[in-house]
Amino acid sequence: MALPKIVKVQGRAVYVPGDDIDTDRIIPARFMKCVTFDGLGAHLFHDARFAEDGTSKGHPIDDPRFQGATILISNSNFGCGSSREHAPQALAKFGFRAVIAESFAEIFFGNATTLGMPCVSVSHDSVLALARAVEADPAAELTLDLEEKVVRTGTLSVPFDMKPGARDALLRGEWDPIGQLLDGANDVRAVAERLPYLHF
Amino acid sequence: MGKSLFQKVWERHAVRTLPNGQTQVFIGLHLIHEVTSPQAFGMLRDLGLRVAHPERTFATVDHIVPTDTRLRPFRDELAEGMIVALEQACREFGIRFYDVGSGHQGIVHVIGPELGLTQPGMTIACGDSHTSTHGAFGAIAFGIGTTQVRDVLATQTLSLAPLKVRRIEITGRLAPGVYAKDVVLHVIRRLGVNGGTGYAYEYAGDAISALSMEERMTLCNMSIEGGARVGYVNPDEKTFEYLKGREHAPTGAAWDRAVEYWKSIGSDPDASYDDVVRIDGRDIAPTVTWGINPGQAISVKEAVPRPEDAETEAERASIREALEYMQLTPGAPIEGTPVNVAFIGSCTNGRLSDFREVARYLRGKKVAPSVRALAVPGSMQVAREAEAEGLDAIFRAAGFEWRQPGCSMCLAMNPDKLIGRELCASSSNRNFKGRQGSPTGRTVLMSPVMVAAAAVSGRIADAREVFGI
Repeated sequence: MALPKIVKVQGRAVYVPGDDIDTDRIIPARFMKCVTFDGLGAHLFHDARFAEDGTSKGHPIDDPRFQGATILISNSNFGCGSSREHAPQALAKFGFRAVIAESFAEIFFGNATTLGMPCVSVSHDSVLALARAVEADPAAELTLDLEEKVVRTGTLSVPFDMKPGARDALLRGEWDPIGQLLDGANDVRAVAERLPYLHF
Repeated sequence: MGKSLFQKVWERHAVRTLPNGQTQVFIGLHLIHEVTSPQAFGMLRDLGLRVAHPERTFATVDHIVPTDTRLRPFRDELAEGMIVALEQACREFGIRFYDVGSGHQGIVHVIGPELGLTQPGMTIACGDSHTSTHGAFGAIAFGIGTTQVRDVLATQTLSLAPLKVRRIEITGRLAPGVYAKDVVLHVIRRLGVNGGTGYAYEYAGDAISALSMEERMTLCNMSIEGGARVGYVNPDEKTFEYLKGREHAPTGAAWDRAVEYWKSIGSDPDASYDDVVRIDGRDIAPTVTWGINPGQAISVKEAVPRPEDAETEAERASIREALEYMQLTPGAPIEGTPVNVAFIGSCTNGRLSDFREVARYLRGKKVAPSVRALAVPGSMQVAREAEAEGLDAIFRAAGFEWRQPGCSMCLAMNPDKLIGRELCASSSNRNFKGRQGSPTGRTVLMSPVMVAAAAVSGRIADAREVFGI
């Protein structure tokens, strides 16, 4: 399956501060009543963005200065909680193409990178430096360079970490594993032959 | 050097190293439900693929199914549509569906074990993070996203990286009134909500060996709340005893071969671990959450933290945010906080032993008039067995509603929801903002017996005192 190679993500960014931003916060469960992911973007961060009467609470992603941002910046343990792929899908449908945070919850990280959305980890101080840069100039472009493992904006350049396997998969355009998994069918049969519990 | 159960199971299921550098891993059991799986069948159809091993996938409905009436079509058209989509997919691809008509519908992590589908030494995947529950049997079980559900359907495998293993030893005996729920809340409090990222948790020690299978499920269930995608207990005689005679458990000579395999996959006494943590079980008290993640927990006798007591600005900000949302006073005791709703159920604490234990203390007591109380069995089988013992009558007489099985108010994708800023004493697993259906609703996690104590008192209370435990 031919997929685009994801080498760089360039775009404007928005900072959504907070540790432990969970997947219920990213997409509340009541919006998961759907058999496709198509409409999820509208409900991204819903309860953090809107009061119960529908008025805006002034969430950063609704701030006019950050409209059109494609890179989300946050703090530690981003995406903790449920395994719902609806969370990275909602981010993607809203228009985000990458997330920069101090750290990520594991299932969220896997779900996001499998969709071709890089999730890169930077230090606490780097998050604050990037947030300051974005706040000072919301029109500034960030470049997330997966080959060099750095995030750049203006004169600022900060290194990032990413699990090597996930990074390589993005760089090589192999982030959706289905083709490779299908190619292993003969080996899968051999393992199934050997597994005791399939033949008790 | 010996091997841990994780290593042994991983090696047996490793198919090959993929060009992407990860390992292709065979999945022995795949469980699906109506919320995260229908979309995967759509992906399969788009790619023109079939289900490789329909006999290794089992379906049920739990997340959105109403717990008051089962009349179809459901009043919620979106919920009805999701269930219809799953029904169609199961028919089209030949997947066994434990629907309401089967008599075995229930929360996927309750029915897997009770049907004997969950067995030691398996890899188990499901589009739900609480799949770690099945680790109670010595399986490597974990939650996956929908695209991965597609991968399992199409190939019976996943692309994965191995985990490190942290052994968590709980020594000594638990005090009366202290349950597996308190143990896991204590572990998460101590190691943090992200302390388990990259790890499988192996729970061991005398206090763990003494737990029943259902308590082990409660423990493993919440591993993910500590960041660990996988949590497990090595299988023992209790594990085998639990499985014997269940619908999908082996019988006759096959049973003996199964027990031989199950015994072989336990961690070796000289297994090496990436980390070891020891906790004295006697130090664990009935534990409740005060904040907006499961690591924000204290003993029922402690005071709510003050932001100024935290060491870093990030921690102070987290405490301030949590206290503001929870409307709690810094430094005040958590005990005595008024509750509006009491919920006993979920994949964490919706099993027969949970209802039995609560019924022991609830008999003859009354839910406070200010409290709305729900008891929701985890499965139709749990409901049948509880009703056969008369437990439902005890709950009803006390003022609980006795509902039909489902996830109910744990995540409120069904009509069971908090209203406004209601505070819920809950036996479920997540106290995230808005988790129980109201964007401003508040959740305090605790054991089922502590929920019963809160229901009776109308306030967060120490069950040991309320019930004389």
